[in-house]
Amino acid sequence: MPIDPHYETVIGLEVHAQLLTQSKIFCGCPNRFGAQANTQICPVCSGFPGVLPVMNREMVTMAIKTGLAINGTIRTYSEFSRKNYFYPDSPTGYQISQYDLPIIEHGELFIDLPQERKRIGVTRIHMEVDAGKSLHEGIVGASWVDLNRVGTPLLEIVSEPDMRSSEEAGAYLKKLRAIVRFLEVCDGNMEEGSFRCDANVSVRRYGAPQFGTRAELKNLNSIRNVMRAIDYEVDRQIDLIEGGGEVVQETRLWDANNNISRSMRSKEDAHDYRYFPEPDLPPLTLEVAHIEQIRQTLPELPDQMAARFQKTLELSEYDAGVLTASREMAGYYEEANAIVTQAGKASPKATANWVTVELLGRLNKEGLSIEESPVPAKSLGKLVAMIQTGEISGKIAKQVFATLFDEGGEPEKIVADKGLKQLSDSGAIEAEVEKVLAANPEQVEQYRGGKTKVLGFLVGQVMQATRGKANPALVNTVLKQKLG
Amino acid sequence: MSIKADTVKHVANLARLTISEEEVETYADQLSQILGLMDQLNSLPTDGVTPMSHAVEISMPAREDTVTNGDMQEILLACAPDSEQGHFRVPKIIE
Amino acid sequence: MFSDPTRLSLSQTADQLKKRQLSSEKLVLAFLERIETINPEINAYITLDRIGAIRGAQEADKRLDAKQGGPLTGIPLAIKDLFCTQGVRTTCASKILNNFTPPYESTVTTRLKAAGAVMLGKTNMDEFAMGSSNETSFFGSVKNPWDKSRIPGGSSGGSAAAVAANLCTAALGTDTGGSIRQPAALTGITGLKPTYGRVSRFGMIAFASSLDQAGPMTQSAEDAALLLQTMAGHDPKDATSINAPVPDYVAELNTGLKGRKVGIPAEYFSEGLSQSVREALETAKKQFEALGAELVPLSLPTTKQAIPTYYILAPAEASSNLARYDGVRFGYRCDNPQDLRDLFFRTRAEGFGSEVKRRIMLGTYVLSSGYYDAYYRKAQKVRRLIANDFKAAFEKVDLLLAPTTPDTAFKLGEKTDDPVQMYLSDIFTINVNLAGLPALSIPCGFDNANLPIGLQLIGRPLDESGILSAAHAYQQATDWHTRNPAL
Repeated sequence: MPIDPHYETVIGLEVHAQLLTQSKIFCGCPNRFGAQANTQICPVCSGFPGVLPVMNREMVTMAIKTGLAINGTIRTYSEFSRKNYFYPDSPTGYQISQYDLPIIEHGELFIDLPQERKRIGVTRIHMEVDAGKSLHEGIVGASWVDLNRVGTPLLEIVSEPDMRSSEEAGAYLKKLRAIVRFLEVCDGNMEEGSFRCDANVSVRRYGAPQFGTRAELKNLNSIRNVMRAIDYEVDRQIDLIEGGGEVVQETRLWDANNNISRSMRSKEDAHDYRYFPEPDLPPLTLEVAHIEQIRQTLPELPDQMAARFQKTLELSEYDAGVLTASREMAGYYEEANAIVTQAGKASPKATANWVTVELLGRLNKEGLSIEESPVPAKSLGKLVAMIQTGEISGKIAKQVFATLFDEGGEPEKIVADKGLKQLSDSGAIEAEVEKVLAANPEQVEQYRGGKTKVLGFLVGQVMQATRGKANPALVNTVLKQKLG
Repeated sequence: MSIKADTVKHVANLARLTISEEEVETYADQLSQILGLMDQLNSLPTDGVTPMSHAVEISMPAREDTVTNGDMQEILLACAPDSEQGHFRVPKIIE
Repeated sequence: MFSDPTRLSLSQTADQLKKRQLSSEKLVLAFLERIETINPEINAYITLDRIGAIRGAQEADKRLDAKQGGPLTGIPLAIKDLFCTQGVRTTCASKILNNFTPPYESTVTTRLKAAGAVMLGKTNMDEFAMGSSNETSFFGSVKNPWDKSRIPGGSSGGSAAAVAANLCTAALGTDTGGSIRQPAALTGITGLKPTYGRVSRFGMIAFASSLDQAGPMTQSAEDAALLLQTMAGHDPKDATSINAPVPDYVAELNTGLKGRKVGIPAEYFSEGLSQSVREALETAKKQFEALGAELVPLSLPTTKQAIPTYYILAPAEASSNLARYDGVRFGYRCDNPQDLRDLFFRTRAEGFGSEVKRRIMLGTYVLSSGYYDAYYRKAQKVRRLIANDFKAAFEKVDLLLAPTTPDTAFKLGEKTDDPVQMYLSDIFTINVNLAGLPALSIPCGFDNANLPIGLQLIGRPLDESGILSAAHAYQQATDWHTRNPAL
């Protein structure tokens, strides 16, 4: 979508990540998605009278891990506050959240853009409870309330308004999602709502000293929708301004079916959440030693892994970036690479190439993710190993890969069944070369007369005679010998 | 400090309480009186004083992340004024 | 030995039960009979659990027969109707919870029941514990057993009246701004508010979470020690509960007053104190001295600020705590709600009484945008200064002695139209809640109208033993606490 070059886009993102704890944040109910309505509730999460919240230890550990992963400051003194509002899916009438003193502040993450690596600030990460769900469709004369989700632990991750395009916003979300997944604190599933994003978008003329009035975009259930909604919003705001209008601060709902957003005009007056410190929960104090202990348990994170790929595996920055975009991708590559290495002919670069070019190319074409790849990492590793050990040629490998992708099976078996094994027996190749030389006296003459270019023709003849299975390097050597 | 009728209505709205015009006046009057008491606090300098949110200074305890509860659908719905097919039932929510 | 077992103190009852001179069942039946006769004029109980009580008594008798009983086994208690009791209606004296039967039990009642105590029923109170006269109850006012035209105090007025009128052996109350001590004073019984966090709040319906604390209401300090022994202790279900060892309150009762420094805060004896209360307190001070205490005059300069501080912080917390009463999951729902707005607004407007609504309004206001700093935050800061005043005082003295209330029980209806006057009657009790300290009220005399006067002892954090032993020493030397109203 062409964007008016006179305007600068300013984007800040708020992400809500549901944490993968066993139990809810303040009670012992299970924290699972997809159970039957109201089968995971107790008096505490359902806001019954007289009951009290007690915090889940793992929630704090996960928040700290996330904070450390984005190089944030972990506050050793933080507190919970109540955010007061009435809604049937908020059973206590307030959300327990953090306000003045969030657990994490001043973080950052880096996104890889085609031209540069850019730092995006993370203002804060705080812990809070998720709300329940109201159901409306298909219910006659009423709405239903399902409280299963109430009390699911959430991290709200708020970025600085550092992004300048939908691409940057997309890259930020991908990186953040990769981080929480590498940490195993959140499954990052946007469609199921375990990783949700609201976007604050404004535009301003280049050079303008202040940000423009922003709109908050909601209901963005995929990275693609986030990007499309931002582009739509930027156009909408520029059109408004150019048409002499003014952008109003509002919340807009993205309608993915029609590719438009609609203003969510609240019938209520302006929100007044009346935040105050949660009296049922004393302040959360953390020992520095405890934080350091958690730091020791951090897994290798995407940026660290990419750096290792570059340094020890000598992959390009680009390949390293692609291969660490997700935990699954990195896992896939590492497994395939291990198979190749085990076969005795380590070649991290060739393996990376096969994953990023052949596999991803095909997956993209089919609209599949790496987790859905019909070719398991083990098979791809074996295939690359066969190339490296000279068992098959690269050209044959592509053929085998196509079979693996479409029909499945074992690479060795496909090669054996189809007789695709490379001819590397110099005796057999010599025999083929003799035949070709005998059949093409004219070209032999030319070669010997100095027109060495015809060698390619002769190689081609041998390859054709062997149906591509002859080892091309060996054919070259034998031909030169015979002609020499 | 005197509270105006508009403020009373705004506060009642935030608190989700229906109030009659008559009550608006009573509340405006009573709240003004009560808030008159509050103005006593202004005579006390509090610069640099840390606000006190809890009566006792303790740190937040935490529980282990284990499932100990949750299967109470029937029991809790039995307390509800209206329920239907495993749900709490409320008037149609128009978004 | 009394012929009427309903008149016995808790320790006497326990003794007779243990010796099997009395059966719990017989005792419970005696109370139920007395309640039948006397309660209609006092209105101390909202709900009686006759069957539960008799069954509990029978169980207790079995334990006692088998010599497996403890000091509370078989003791009939009255429970303030804001402790959630599984299977027994819990109303908080509000229309909005009129039909609420909790499927869970408060930690305090769980502990007491495990110790063999028997619950007779749930006592009347100010609605959601908001009140100082027990006149805000949806179930009508409680009458003071000493003069039925007068209030018993609040909010634990039902529990206080039940103890004073011998409608139970002992009772549970809760104290947010004086709700145990003030009715104890006005009905001539002993009432203890423990240190905030000493007793679990789990299952206690919240009024102001950072101030609420449950405590015993009894005939004597000794009885209070016996009850507190079982009530106190860390509860993993309450994050604000203090994880500290519980002393042996009963064993420490006999520490005596000799050599103990008792602070006399000047602000508690200034204007506003009625003549009869002043005189009774002066006599009590002399008695304390006679018992070996050293009286130390001192000052708590922020005393006056406690009322505005409290009436900002408590309603603010309450406005949020009471947001859950929305007609969706439990309790009252208005008839035929037209839409969601109607459901919320009408349920709450119809379900809450006027004092509760007034405090919700006040609390919502002081938290709302533009007023938070001027009111709520300011009050939180003053709260710190109030707590610091006490801290400084306790560097000089072991405990503080003060009146519990400025005057004896007032007439029903006397202050209902004037919330400010009503709030001002809490002047001597709410400071303690703001600072989170333990305090108790014991009877120390009567005025000309034969209305009881209360004396308050305030202790250091977690020093319940200190004030209980002081009260016990006083009660060993006086007999105010043994007097009963003529009913």
